[in-house]
Amino acid sequence: MAFINTKTKEVQVKLVYVGPGRGGKTTNLEYIFSRIRHRIQSDMVSIKTQGDRTLFFDFLPFELGAIKGYNVKTQLYTVPGQVKYNATRKLVLKGVDGIVFVADSMVDRRENNIHSLENLKENLRFYDIDICDFPFILQYNKRDLGAQGVPILDLETMEQDLNAELKAPSFTASAVTGENVIATVKRAISTTMVAIREKLL
Amino acid sequence: MSYILDQEQLDGLEEALTTDLMTLGIQSVILIDMAGNVIVNLDNGKVRHDVYSLAALAAGNFGAVSAMASIIGEEEFSLLFHKGKSENINFTKILDDFLLVSIFGNDVSLGYLRLKIDEVIKKIKLLIGQTPSS
Repeated sequence: MAFINTKTKEVQVKLVYVGPGRGGKTTNLEYIFSRIRHRIQSDMVSIKTQGDRTLFFDFLPFELGAIKGYNVKTQLYTVPGQVKYNATRKLVLKGVDGIVFVADSMVDRRENNIHSLENLKENLRFYDIDICDFPFILQYNKRDLGAQGVPILDLETMEQDLNAELKAPSFTASAVTGENVIATVKRAISTTMVAIREKLL
Repeated sequence: MSYILDQEQLDGLEEALTTDLMTLGIQSVILIDMAGNVIVNLDNGKVRHDVYSLAALAAGNFGAVSAMASIIGEEEFSLLFHKGKSENINFTKILDDFLLVSIFGNDVSLGYLRLKIDEVIKKIKLLIGQTPSS
């Protein structure tokens, strides 16, 4: 639920990056931060475990400019991907306006992707959100690994596994090289803004 | 969680927080929702906190502490306070979905601040208690 402040003419939009552990959610945000840090005042906030996994969330706020006279503040969050952190994952999803699902293209992560998506659907149901009727973008990450000889899933398989029912916009990407990272977040923002447009009218 | 605050409510919140809390000499007071959105942000003009990051962390922190409470069989911890060397933070839950974050120095009496927070919370509840939610 976007927060629209009519007094300060401000809209706060919450986008959450979700996906299996070690899939590249934090790397997505780090790349975005590296590209926009010169024009934002905030730092990226990360709460990590000692092993450098995201424990709670990463958070990156930035201003998007004005739409219909309202300043749009976009807040990017990640959730911890590891299965055991479901309580905090659910917590970060509270009030979410749009979701980017970062799927891992490595062959041996296929089951993790599917379980993570099922877990997301379940957590969204807790907040009465139907994923089929919600701003949702898929990112097939780590495509660069194919060129390095790491076995990766073909796109048809990933689409069939994750997107057959949802038919969401999807991007192949590499969060490490930055390929399609900005395209993904731009699409997520525009899809989310369209969804909340009615509230601004 | 969905709610609407109109101009009158937002003005009322700002006025109550200014009159009851800011006049005590505290640094800043931020009213947020549990999704981490900033609803009202007031400061004494001398600080430049990253309010949006603070709000996200405060909401997350409060959620984590609530989860801890339920693990040990408590419904919730009613008091959440972090003491620093010179600055302190007090968190107070309001209704189910809102959180009041007060940042203040050691020159402000914690006991008196809590009394004033209790008073302002009654006003806030009256102001946002009428909010339609779904």
